[in-house]
Amino acid sequence: MTEVMMKPGAVTTEPVLNRSEYEDFLYHEAALLDAWRLDEWLELFVEGATYEVPTAGAPDDADSSESLFYIADDYFRLRHRIKRLNSKQAHSEWPRSKTLHTVTNVRILGAEADGVRVTSNFVTYRTKNDVTHTFVGRHYYVLRKTDDKLCIVSKRSMLDMDNLRPQGRVSIIV
Amino acid sequence: MATLLKAVPEKTGRWVVEDRNKGVFKVAREAFVSDAIFEKERERIFDKCWLYLGHATELKEANDYLTRNVAGRELIFNRDRKGSYNAFFNVCPHRGAMVAREKCGSALGFKCFYHGWAFNNNGKFATRMGEGFYPEDFGKDGSVDLVRVPRLEEYRGFYFINFDEGAVSLEEYLADSREIIDLVADQSPNGMEIIGGGQQYSINANWKLLLENSFDGYHAEDTHATYFEYLSDYIGGAANDDLSAAKVESRAIDLKNGHAVIEGKAPWGRPIARTIPSWGEDGAADIRAARAELEARLGVEKAHRIADGDRNMGIFPSLVINDIMAITIRTFHPVSSGLIHVNAWAMGPVGEPRIQRKRRLDNFLEFLGPGGFATPDDVEALESAHRGYGNAKFAPWNDISRGLLKDQPTNFDEEQMRCFWREWARRMEDQ
Repeated sequence: MTEVMMKPGAVTTEPVLNRSEYEDFLYHEAALLDAWRLDEWLELFVEGATYEVPTAGAPDDADSSESLFYIADDYFRLRHRIKRLNSKQAHSEWPRSKTLHTVTNVRILGAEADGVRVTSNFVTYRTKNDVTHTFVGRHYYVLRKTDDKLCIVSKRSMLDMDNLRPQGRVSIIV
Repeated sequence: MATLLKAVPEKTGRWVVEDRNKGVFKVAREAFVSDAIFEKERERIFDKCWLYLGHATELKEANDYLTRNVAGRELIFNRDRKGSYNAFFNVCPHRGAMVAREKCGSALGFKCFYHGWAFNNNGKFATRMGEGFYPEDFGKDGSVDLVRVPRLEEYRGFYFINFDEGAVSLEEYLADSREIIDLVADQSPNGMEIIGGGQQYSINANWKLLLENSFDGYHAEDTHATYFEYLSDYIGGAANDDLSAAKVESRAIDLKNGHAVIEGKAPWGRPIARTIPSWGEDGAADIRAARAELEARLGVEKAHRIADGDRNMGIFPSLVINDIMAITIRTFHPVSSGLIHVNAWAMGPVGEPRIQRKRRLDNFLEFLGPGGFATPDDVEALESAHRGYGNAKFAPWNDISRGLLKDQPTNFDEEQMRCFWREWARRMEDQ
């Protein structure tokens, strides 16, 4: 039995699944990213989904209308991000870097009207130009089951780092 | 003996060569990769020039402070109990530990954790010592106060430091760049502020590459093709056509003392006063109101320049103020000849409504910063060039000649970089 916190007054029709189902989904997502199967990765998102990476060290409730992020994509910009990354003219990622996405400490935080909040820790390695950089932090998802498939309603990646030194950029999907 | 007089002078230095007769301007790649040149730059440039420290709005209240590394030196930028702005070296006068170790905060004083020496936030020594360990008048002469950075001056809220006590005033140093700073500072009747959430990142390249890149219109179409593709889709028109048109109208301006700006009109929206279809009628109405306010306050001509112009400015040696699809304040510090630490912030009007602030920040992120659609490709280009300069012994020169002989070079020429390099040569080349 999974223990979940319900926000007082939250209305939800979203059933909370077993943690292993979320874990399988996140491992699948990581595998797609490592294989640069980005179109399939984008298909994991519902239309209208958001993808955000606040600046390193930002508070968990940072708001992209008030603070500068690294990435604050609405669905339109997210689609273009993938279109760009699929292009050889995204010079930062061509020739493509090698990535390894590691996901751990998966927890179900609670159910809300638009889906179930799931978090994980992550360590992502990016190798490019003979150097391997490490990104560490926590992913926060809202996940929803649609047509019997889990989908991402929102994904926010908090970097538990002081800055982007020496990484220099977040041109991959962390 | 007859003296041969040239119509235009040729300036041949060891590292910077300007030959107008041949229409050639060249910079030695050694200047980017040599550790000896970097040490000389520390002495002749970073210890002599005005360097950007921070903006007044980053310290909103008396007693606020932040810690920052400027050109390799750990500093405290703070306001004391009276509200005055100060810059101190972040080092205990006793045995040298840093007296402030958090990024920012509010503090009446600073206490070194190592041996407990304490200082008021105006830098004054404020430690009670037990009797008999030090002379009675110990520290009364200010000798164990926090050490101030020799010079701290501001222009329109932009605070700069200088490590050279004898430097000219900031205003004199900024020369004509003040006019361009005004075009940013005047954008709101409430003043302009640094928006929360700075971007700090590093680049494995020489610092001069970033200065050149930050106002290089020539590279945009090739390096940033994916951004313009996105932009065309976003604004519902051909961004590339507008970009081509902009080539005709733009210009590079020498702002003296090594500072320069390129000014033109690009296809993106400007949160201050140039709307795009995707911002809808609400966005258009906000922009009309902003423009009317600018015209009423500053007159039609200046309002037009602020609203319609895009400007990328480099202030020698290491400050960039780009007033483009958003405003970025970007300063950078060389750690070594091949490593830069970059600090970048977004700037906007004080009290900007949430929806307009969101448009501004979205505009910023779609192009600028480590997760944008353009900056990562710039970083790749700079790092690639720096690696290429490893061949300097056999392929020794960068060519920066584009538009050298034009009466009015444009954004897409390289005059703005030549302004930088002439000043660099003046300070670096032995006479």
